[in-house]
Amino acid sequence: MRRHLLSAADLTREDATLVLDTAEELATVAARTTVGKLPTLRGRTVVNLFFEDSTRTRTSFELAAKRLSADVVNFSAKGSSVSKGETLKDTALTLEAMGSDAVVIRHSWSGAPVNLARYVKGSVVNAGDGTHEHPTQALLDAFTIRRRMGRIEGLKVTIVGDVLHSRVARSNVLLLSTLGAEVTLVAPPTLLPVGVHTWDAAVSYDLDAVLPESDVVMMLRVQRERMGPGGERTAYFPSSREYSLRYGLNVRRAAGLQDATIVMHPGPMNRGVEIAPEVADGPRSTIVEQVANGVTVRMAVLYLLLGGSEPAIGSAPEAGRG
Amino acid sequence: MTAAPHVPPRPGTDPLPAGVRPVTGDLRAARPVLSSADVSRVVDRMAHELLEKTGGGADVVLLGIPTRGITLARRLASRIAAFEGLQLPTGSLDITLYRDDLRLKSPRALEATDVPVEGVDGKRVVLVDDVLFSGRTVRAALDALADLGRPRTVQLAVLVDRGHRELPIRADYVGKNIPTSLREAVHVRLTEDDGSDGVLLGPADLSRSADLSRTADLARGTEAGA
Repeated sequence: MRRHLLSAADLTREDATLVLDTAEELATVAARTTVGKLPTLRGRTVVNLFFEDSTRTRTSFELAAKRLSADVVNFSAKGSSVSKGETLKDTALTLEAMGSDAVVIRHSWSGAPVNLARYVKGSVVNAGDGTHEHPTQALLDAFTIRRRMGRIEGLKVTIVGDVLHSRVARSNVLLLSTLGAEVTLVAPPTLLPVGVHTWDAAVSYDLDAVLPESDVVMMLRVQRERMGPGGERTAYFPSSREYSLRYGLNVRRAAGLQDATIVMHPGPMNRGVEIAPEVADGPRSTIVEQVANGVTVRMAVLYLLLGGSEPAIGSAPEAGRG
Repeated sequence: MTAAPHVPPRPGTDPLPAGVRPVTGDLRAARPVLSSADVSRVVDRMAHELLEKTGGGADVVLLGIPTRGITLARRLASRIAAFEGLQLPTGSLDITLYRDDLRLKSPRALEATDVPVEGVDGKRVVLVDDVLFSGRTVRAALDALADLGRPRTVQLAVLVDRGHRELPIRADYVGKNIPTSLREAVHVRLTEDDGSDGVLLGPADLSRSADLSRTADLARGTEAGA
């Protein structure tokens, strides 16, 4: 039995396609209902356990759960027992004792959701853990690509920027390659993780060489908050201006893209650093669609994990209860 | 459970375990109840009845319940078009998200919901399905429909009514009433979905009690009155 969504690697091609197809139907149904809500998860409780700041992901999960009529409890680490020294395990067991069916967790520690999944009986959904994974972001990106381009199989997807600190990049490489896309990572060598050659993706340092062949260009945020004290001065790159010149998607570069190529960004954006405002707001940009699709895709994930007697997607539970 | 499955037992006498509501069965061991020609005649009659009862089909929207309900809705629409030259808006209504047994099974993949652009507000909606059995599918469809808008009236058309209702629901248009036992399964086959037309009645596959849980709470005591 599969119960959690911890990594994009948990999803087979069939699982991922089921999520995308389900999201497609949910988008149709949810748009048509006069009440804006479906009764599917009535009586289920979803806990949003966010140990890291987030606007769009937490709100997106909350709306997704509410549109399926689940009860939602939002929990943020600030002002909770966590600040009194409670461990993740005790926090999780406390929440479960109160009757939660699923825990959506975001944590700055890579591996926190996997750890949590050992302790709780319900489903665990990884909403971003450190620099590790963010599977629902990858699913909503895949959904956005499929809606815009009509397919994923065979598309050339270029992921540009701070791959080192990006859980979005890792999850997208896993999921998009599962779905048959050819992924290329473009970044300065300092912003590529050790072992990137083992990923199912090509690697390039030259953005201008890769862009004209790309069907999809996904820009990543430069994650200064993860670059240690002094931010960019920790010398991942000389300056924001130089980064932007070499790896930013500016108007000139966007003009050289194929007509049908789309530009994506998981948000939040650093306008003027990795992406020019004109490109972010231009017709190629799917940035606002990605946010809207996020709610739909998370509805699909929650439905498939919680809608029945047992989940239809995701990973097997870890043995035992800690 | 000693009765041989090929002997059609009399309805109401089945000593089935509480809650067993088989819908699957062995197609090869089934015998035909309606032939291909019968199905055509039945659909033609239902189309005429629909026109008669709705004053010529004014404001009617046909909504099929996946999978074969959609096919039947399209057939009814095409027969009505042939008889009266009237193109009725036709769509589909997936009821998965509204089922009352969702929690008892693994989540199902969703089917298409495709409501005609005219919508359902103020329309005479006719729900179309292949087999009317417990009535729970129709209940879910009524809930789904209520979330889409406020039809003037809602009617139900089914190709086969096999009895064993668990809810106060009846059909307005019935192709064929087939009294069945709970040990039997009804197989509706339509060319578009199955390659040929026909309705067959055969032994239910009780080992595949996919619907065992469907009525687990309610079934106790209902078999005697079935």
